[in-house]
Amino acid sequence: MNKYEPILLKNMMQPGYTGSLADYERAGGYQALRKALGKIAPADIIEVVKKSGLRGRGGAGFPTGVKWSFIPKDHRGPRYLICNADESEPGTFKDRQLMERDPHQMIEGMILAAYAISTLIAYIYIRGEFVLGAKILENALAEAYRAGYLGPNILGSGFALDIYMHRGAGAYICGEETALLESMEGKRGLPRTKPPFPATHGLFHQPTVVNNVETLANVPHIVNRGPEWFASIGHPPKSTGTRIFCLSGHVKRPGNYEVPMGITFREMIYEIAGGMRGDKPLKAFIPGGASAAFLTPEHLDVKMDFDSLAQAGSMLGSGGVTVMEEGTCMVWAAENLLQFFNHESCGKCTPCREGSLWLLQILRRIEHGHGRQEDLDLLLRLCGNIAGRTVCAFGDAEIAPITSTLQHFRDEYEAHIRGQRCPFRPQPVADLITVGH
Amino acid sequence: MLIEKHKDKITEILGRYPEKRAALLPLLWLAQEEHGHVSEAAMKEIAGVLDLTPPQVYETVTFYTMLNRQPIGKFHIQVCRSLMCALVGTEQLLGWIHAKLGIKPGQTTPDGLFTLSQVECLASCGTGPMMQVNDDYFEQLTQEKLNRILDDLKRDGKSPLATGPFMFPVPQHMNR
Ligand SMILES: Cc1cc2nc3c(=O)[nH]c(=O)nc-3n(C[C@H](O)[C@H](O)[C@H](O)COP(=O)(O)O)c2cc1C
Ligand code: SF4
Ligand code: FES
Repeated sequence: MNKYEPILLKNMMQPGYTGSLADYERAGGYQALRKALGKIAPADIIEVVKKSGLRGRGGAGFPTGVKWSFIPKDHRGPRYLICNADESEPGTFKDRQLMERDPHQMIEGMILAAYAISTLIAYIYIRGEFVLGAKILENALAEAYRAGYLGPNILGSGFALDIYMHRGAGAYICGEETALLESMEGKRGLPRTKPPFPATHGLFHQPTVVNNVETLANVPHIVNRGPEWFASIGHPPKSTGTRIFCLSGHVKRPGNYEVPMGITFREMIYEIAGGMRGDKPLKAFIPGGASAAFLTPEHLDVKMDFDSLAQAGSMLGSGGVTVMEEGTCMVWAAENLLQFFNHESCGKCTPCREGSLWLLQILRRIEHGHGRQEDLDLLLRLCGNIAGRTVCAFGDAEIAPITSTLQHFRDEYEAHIRGQRCPFRPQPVADLITVGH
Repeated sequence: MLIEKHKDKITEILGRYPEKRAALLPLLWLAQEEHGHVSEAAMKEIAGVLDLTPPQVYETVTFYTMLNRQPIGKFHIQVCRSLMCALVGTEQLLGWIHAKLGIKPGQTTPDGLFTLSQVECLASCGTGPMMQVNDDYFEQLTQEKLNRILDDLKRDGKSPLATGPFMFPVPQHMNR
């Protein structure tokens, strides 16, 4: 099992821990806030977070302290902090656990972040499906107000902060931070062209920081135990701290596991997650959510950190690790993901909107035995016309499953086309799997 | 009607934002919680409150898959079809639902009780196959469990097999 000491999951793993304010305080909660408010200058909090090396856990891995420092210091007028609790990247289910089991940890992180960037208002943008999570957070916010951790004069420090919940309503793209801003403003969730970046023109055109749930949950620990402590965990200097990896697919023990960054996929999959279900050999894995390129058994010794994944041609992304056993059809897997991307494309840019449908149609015909030899080059050409030509990073994400499976499993695509059928799934249940919505 | 009934709530919601339009999604949720869907009348009413035109409201509504513009079954079964669940049994789950209720995705049972949809990842990929029914998650489904849930829903309107607060895996020492 997992031999590493958890930081973010520590409280919730104690027997009887409910995530209530009393439980959180008993476990040392809100000490970081007491230590910081009015005693450490906001700019120094930013320095501490910079020094810790903390990078965003939402997908892009941007250094958190640096992001905070982009908020213009001389800005007159409001500025905002938003906690990105949209968690919709297929393969990812850690934020849900952090919110439902230990909501105050994230809230304390938000208050510290808000203090660091000197905002009076923060929002939690939570995906609409998380009804239970939203209720738990509402209750936790109410507790925090009653205890004086939120409101007009927090712990007598003179610092004031209100946090409001804002529910999404079903749209993957609203996890992309500028689409999230549009959505919060009551519009369709269409990503904005950048620059300008949210740090200067964000919510309601004011400077805004958007951070992921897990990113913010790390902040109290960094303030409490110091940046040097945090920077010594994981694979410094570029990948410090732990990550909660979400194991799914054909492993014996799927689930959320918090480990220091830098352990290998082999250790994660074969030791911590118990190895392969049914002991079939591993065929492929996705290391960082649906937007990350597929890897193969050759990559099992790649380290689970930002740089090692980039070198291996994929990314750490959202921390969702999906494991597929021998016998899983790679064309089927890519088709499944393209159905997701096609459904979730916001439609703002043509290469993504039209391209995702074409890609899906080609994959579907190959999987269903109607592929043509020239389809493989056509797929690659289409992918090339999407890469780097879209408003948001969704465009690069949607081609990753195709380019990577074509790179590692081209023979499998060819076998589909040659045999005019799927070699793995003789009878696709096309009847039940409907197209589109 | 909505406005009269929820006056205080609406004032509170408006107070959270410096711009009125930002209250649009919260008010649409309010309408949907009231009626099970967002009717045109509700959209017009909300447009009035927020100084928007009805098309501005409509344009937003149509972007979001969770906002229903038509009444749906009393229980909205939403089966996750994304890859991680598909690897461990989405097709079986759809088959079990079909065996029990006789409906396919996009259909509603003749008694109007159950509507079946396929949706994308619901953030419970380690505990698939799974479905959401109205507000509740149901995870690690088997045919037997599914049948019990559907019977519970029909009889009691809810099922104790709903999951959460979520933690997976539950550490060994916490298993009661
Ligand atoms: C298509 C797309 C979807 C995204 N979805 C999420 C999401 O669900 N949750 C999240 O935290 N970040 C998501 N992101 C990343 C955000 O845009 C943003 O980088 C992140 O919230 C910043 O927080 P961090 O710096 O703490 O990681 C997504 C990005 C893209 C391009
Ligand atoms: S890349 Fe796709 S999702 Fe992103 S803005 Fe363009 S159309 Fe929308
Ligand atoms: S893939 Fe089904 S919940 Fe994520």
